[in-house]
Amino acid sequence: MIISLDLLKRGEKAIIKEFTLDMVPLKLLEMGCLPGNEVELVQIAPFKDPMYLNINGSHLAIRKETASHILVEKHSQ
Amino acid sequence: MSKQLNVALIGNPNTGKTSVFNQLTGLKQQVGNYPGITVEKKEGICKLPRGVKAHILDLPGTYSLNASSLDENVVIELLLNKNDKDYPDVAVVVSDVENLKRNLLLFTQIKDLKIPTILVINMADRMKRKAITLDIEKLEDRLQTKIALVSSRKNTGFENLKELITNYKELSIEPCVNASVIAPEYFDRLRKAFPKQDLYKLWLVITQDVNFGKLDRNEMQSITTFQTESKSNLKRLQQKETIVRYQFINGVLKETLSIDHLAAKDLRSRLDRVLTHKFWGYIIFFAILMLIFQAIYDWSSYPMDLIDETFAAMGEWVRNTMPPGAFTNLIAEGILPGLGGIVIFIPQIAFLFLFISILEESGYMSRVVFLMDRIMRRFGLSGKSVVPLVSGTACAIPAIMATRNIENWKERLITILVTPFTTCSARLPVYLIIIALVIPDRDVLYIFNLQSLVLMGLYLIGFGTAILSAWLLDRILKIKSRTFFVIEMPNYKLPLFKNVAYNVIEKTKSFIVGAGKIILAISIVLWVLASNGPGDAFNNAEVNAVERMQAGDFPESELDKQIASEKLEYSYIGYMGKAIEPVVRPLGYDWKIGIAIVSSFAAREVFVGTLATIYSVGSDEEETIKNRMAGEVNPILGGPLFNLASGISLLLFYAFAMQCMSTLAIVKRETNTWKWPLLQLVIMSGFAYVVALIAYQLII
Ligand SMILES: Nc1nc2c(ncn2[C@@H]2O[C@H](COP(=O)(O)OP(=O)(O)OP(=O)(O)O)[C@@H](O)[C@H]2O)c(=O)[nH]1
Ligand SMILES: [Mg+2]
Repeated sequence: MIISLDLLKRGEKAIIKEFTLDMVPLKLLEMGCLPGNEVELVQIAPFKDPMYLNINGSHLAIRKETASHILVEKHSQ
Repeated sequence: MSKQLNVALIGNPNTGKTSVFNQLTGLKQQVGNYPGITVEKKEGICKLPRGVKAHILDLPGTYSLNASSLDENVVIELLLNKNDKDYPDVAVVVSDVENLKRNLLLFTQIKDLKIPTILVINMADRMKRKAITLDIEKLEDRLQTKIALVSSRKNTGFENLKELITNYKELSIEPCVNASVIAPEYFDRLRKAFPKQDLYKLWLVITQDVNFGKLDRNEMQSITTFQTESKSNLKRLQQKETIVRYQFINGVLKETLSIDHLAAKDLRSRLDRVLTHKFWGYIIFFAILMLIFQAIYDWSSYPMDLIDETFAAMGEWVRNTMPPGAFTNLIAEGILPGLGGIVIFIPQIAFLFLFISILEESGYMSRVVFLMDRIMRRFGLSGKSVVPLVSGTACAIPAIMATRNIENWKERLITILVTPFTTCSARLPVYLIIIALVIPDRDVLYIFNLQSLVLMGLYLIGFGTAILSAWLLDRILKIKSRTFFVIEMPNYKLPLFKNVAYNVIEKTKSFIVGAGKIILAISIVLWVLASNGPGDAFNNAEVNAVERMQAGDFPESELDKQIASEKLEYSYIGYMGKAIEPVVRPLGYDWKIGIAIVSSFAAREVFVGTLATIYSVGSDEEETIKNRMAGEVNPILGGPLFNLASGISLLLFYAFAMQCMSTLAIVKRETNTWKWPLLQLVIMSGFAYVVALIAYQLII
């Protein structure tokens, strides 16, 4: 199932598929947020913003707005 | 050796570059577990084997050679400019064994610049706990480099590193990834147009968003205009480059690195569950702040009383033992009280630095950024603004420099503009002495002390004003900049006692020395102005007083005091004070406070010292600063000069006024124009005057 990253629930994991921005912030890619990598939503602040992610061992926080432009595929169990 | 070896430490933020730097050079630069501690170049010297000397450069962290914030730009500017005197002979890329994959991205980029590059894998001490194993030999082979596995905490591996640096000529300068594979045809054209330049360097120059101030312009100008590709196409190529590099890195690490992911999940997740919790996270943050205030107020009062009494005794001793005369008076009445006025605050300032340092070293600061981002954004700030605002409670100068890692210019500018409202340690002396004079020392609700609550209130006022003015500025300023926020969440670390202790000592020392110099100068000037006067009125003060006593104006026991106060009134400073008095009288101050306020436009902490100097001229009893101030009488209304109304008015004035030259200078430097610091000076001080006026008139 493909959803945008901000719809992921706390503790869930998914695989990054693509970005729906025409200008993806380069820094995001450089910090390891690349298609094909696994992402886990570690923690969320109130209103789910910002979101604390673990991408293949890289721990970082991004804002919900940014997350809504990242499409991920949820593990089907 | 005629030429020194230039070595640059480069790496992602928070990988331990400064720790490695300190180990190599024996210096003590600030280290902290928060990405973006170092924001400027720092240099040092390291002795290498066989008598070679190396000039070591510590740089701000950067995730790649594509700068997106000011601190990152420092690195790129250096690496792209071969004529820079610091241009490295060897680049030492410092990486963190736990984040090797991400760290290697920058490594491969630097290698493409054909600079001899050594890879340092730091934090080796954590490998066992995290069940990490590395095949160093194979990694060296695949990356075509030499590797030093070190631990700056345990001081291991540095001999090897020094050896590698000495033999830097043996390093291969073959690139790992050839960037031209992302668009062979485009790179071909580029090569033909500038046959003399390094290809990857050309590519970097073309794709940078940031302006390069110092580059050799002529040549670069033509490069930046070489654009046969659209801007968005270039962006896409940059992304492709990043992906290609990661593909290479993944391939290499698959063969050489193994991590037991189960062992890696541990403390971090358990602590984060609580510390970044939607509810408990905030409660804990607030509790920590409360603890800090309690410490500053309660725990440090004992050493402070001691210092105050010591200085009073020293003044007395000087007066009794040194031959009487102008020089003795200068020391006893000018210098000692002035210095005492600042030394007394060492315990409090040390406590403040201690807490901030622990927060930074433990990794908690990034969690605060995470918790506060959403709230701060409402006010036009970023979660990252919390760090300047919190460290602004120590001093606005490093705080304003700490804004450099905020990517968004508008958020950064607003943070710079409002940071001086936070209660810095220089305000503390003023607050403390006035609170002690006008607020009763009473317990409220059994556990809180009224005085420490008022102090906390002042901190809240400072913080609240900062936030509200940020909100206003957010509406007023019309600056377009794209918002994009990302912050790394580092691992928790036990603060290293050595690091924290050095931090506290160094910062306290530089505060005292910095303030001490100004205070020394000002107190000498004040003393001279207060013990001399123009014309007869000053010289006749003594005769006048004796005549008035004989006429029965006051009893003989008061003679000395009367002489002193009359002299002061007709001294130079007395005349100056009188000139200011009309301006400050509506706020409830006398001319002496007026002088203290004017002199503290150089630096706030001068206030107490100035008053101490003015009050002690002519008085010869052993007295503490506080007692002298408590004894001052309002010349017009009678009663103590420092009462609730004038006290509150003073507190508020100091809370808001912009009285710090160094801050203004740093704002000018960080914003590149005088416009912002001047606006700060005028608006903040004007606002302070109005608020203090209203407060005094309401309470009186
Ligand atoms: N366990 C362990 N911790 C280390 C080691 N080296 C550094 N640290 C810690 O890592 C954190 C970051 O160290 P810094 O030296 O400030 O890192 P930096 O790369 O200079 O960081 P920025 O200046 O922010 O880019 C600090 O908390 C250090 O105490 C090490 O070898 N082992
Ligand atoms: Mg550093």
